[in-house]
Amino acid sequence: MMLRRTAVILTAASLAAAVACHKKAPPVARPAPPPPTSTASTTPARPPAPPEPVREPVVPAEPVRDDAIASASLDDLNRNSPLKPVFYELDSSDVSPAGQKVLDENATLLKRYPAWAITIEGHCDERGTAEYNLALGERRAVAARAYLVAQGISADRLRIVSYGKEFPFDPGHDESAFAKNRRAHFVITAK
Amino acid sequence: MKHSILAGMIAAAALVGWPRAQQPPPQPPPTTQQPSEIGATIGGEAGGPPRLAVPDFIALSTDAETVAIAKILGQVLWDDLNFEHEFAFIPRDVYASIPKATSFADVPFDRWRELNADGLVVGTVQKVDAGIRVEVRLLNVRTRQSAFGKEYTGSAAANPRRYAHMVSDDLHLSQRALHGVAQTRLTFVSDRDGERMKNTVQKRDVKEIYIADYDGERQTRVTVNGTLNVFPRWSPDGRSIAYTSYGKGTPQILISNIFQATREEVTRGNDENWLAAWSPDGTKLCIASPREGRGYTNLYVINRDGSGLRKLTNHPSINTSPTWSPSGTQIAFSSDRTGNPQVYVIGADGVGQAQRITTSESYADKATWSPAPYNEIAYTARTGPGNDIKVIDMATREVRQLTFGEGSNESPAFAPNGRHIAFTSTRAGKKQIFTIARTGKDLKQLTRSGNNEQPDWSAK
Repeated sequence: MMLRRTAVILTAASLAAAVACHKKAPPVARPAPPPPTSTASTTPARPPAPPEPVREPVVPAEPVRDDAIASASLDDLNRNSPLKPVFYELDSSDVSPAGQKVLDENATLLKRYPAWAITIEGHCDERGTAEYNLALGERRAVAARAYLVAQGISADRLRIVSYGKEFPFDPGHDESAFAKNRRAHFVITAK
Repeated sequence: MKHSILAGMIAAAALVGWPRAQQPPPQPPPTTQQPSEIGATIGGEAGGPPRLAVPDFIALSTDAETVAIAKILGQVLWDDLNFEHEFAFIPRDVYASIPKATSFADVPFDRWRELNADGLVVGTVQKVDAGIRVEVRLLNVRTRQSAFGKEYTGSAAANPRRYAHMVSDDLHLSQRALHGVAQTRLTFVSDRDGERMKNTVQKRDVKEIYIADYDGERQTRVTVNGTLNVFPRWSPDGRSIAYTSYGKGTPQILISNIFQATREEVTRGNDENWLAAWSPDGTKLCIASPREGRGYTNLYVINRDGSGLRKLTNHPSINTSPTWSPSGTQIAFSSDRTGNPQVYVIGADGVGQAQRITTSESYADKATWSPAPYNEIAYTARTGPGNDIKVIDMATREVRQLTFGEGSNESPAFAPNGRHIAFTSTRAGKKQIFTIARTGKDLKQLTRSGNNEQPDWSAK
């Protein structure tokens, strides 16, 4: 542990030195820079100029994506949400195997970002009545929340609201529209 | 004997220029006129409805405004009377050749008798200091006696139609013992303003509560909170509207007192509450709430001031869409305890088992209980890809259907005399408010701008 930390410090120090060295190096007017392979032989007295990427820490690919999520505004996050909706059959609030898979992925994200608070919105298609659909949308949202809670997500982070059929995602009047409108929709409200 | 309704008419004047107000100003406290003669009724021949003619009202003043009002009054009165089908009417083009009277004194009774008219509604409009004076008589063409006569005075600039509505209701009451609905109003939900919800990345339309006269005229916005406002319900006294608002994120029951320009919170907090229905005495509301969690929704009764919440239904299913019986002793609602929603009835005290009412539907919701003398429940039924309006007679349990797959039809609401139903239909494209007679005849479209839905009909 101690050794590793020392190594990290040393590495950082040498990087800093290299950067400092590079910054101090005066511009050398040379009509034709030699090919890289011959650099060492033509200027043996000078340390090699550090490659450009060294100036910024090289970060692994995975954290870059995470940073994009972590740094996005709530609106940007919700506009292209990493939390995917769960879709339901007509008159049903049963979570399908496909819905369970979506909820598993959503649960993973909620565990990775423990500060997130979300609202689960329940939505319905236009075939049911406006009145009953409020309660059906509620039941869909509750079903999604129950699944997430079973995956270890705290219920305190999961607010619920039903919009019935008041806010269709697809304004169409066919089954493809209906299928998009029967959903539990996830909105990130705090991060 | 005359009474002025000036104050009321002036108040109504403000309504015209009030498209965005949180609250519309008061309507006139109605009926300040008195019968000028002893009433009598005019009957039709062979027991049929009386045959009436409603010629244009007579302008006793020659100014353009009075002449215009006289024309409007005759037309609106004709429409108001025709709405209830209590009278037969001689078509207007038939009597175009009959000389126009200039006063009550020179009515050409002989000519009207030739057309087999039983009665003649004659009205005069005169400009007076306070505004206008409207005098209306129903004349028996055979006896030349007045069977009905009243005077109405007040301001006219705001809403001359209201005079005709008052005359219509007075005529129906005196001649047919019928409580007309010409002065009643509708409330409904509309997205016509094209506003979008804020604080959401989705494109979501703001929906606000509107009111209109029973004939669809004078459509006026009530709420201005820029969010989702749904399921408005008139209080029994016609002075308040309870509705479900998402203004604070969680749906709650609010009451808009449209004459006082005040708003009350019936429910608040983190629990969702929907679909308020007034008790007939106006002291309580029945609401639906999923507050117990687990996806169950049950009915609760709460005082209008938000106190005294008690659970009415207690069933591990969805129990929603309440409507009170006219006596206030029962509540009809929807429950999906056996699968899809069906209409049930339970005592307003919550005691006893809920009794299932709809037995021949795959899906039935939004019961609305008719006023006396009918004892019917109208509801929305799934009939195919869409829904239709049906009515069940509570005595015989016979079901009749009012709409037949023209678009999708839902959210029925009875007129206060039970003779018409307002509902939402997509038959014209977007969602619009229609009225239809309880017989299934006389379909009328009332709204055309944006989407309009979830109507409720005022009792007064």
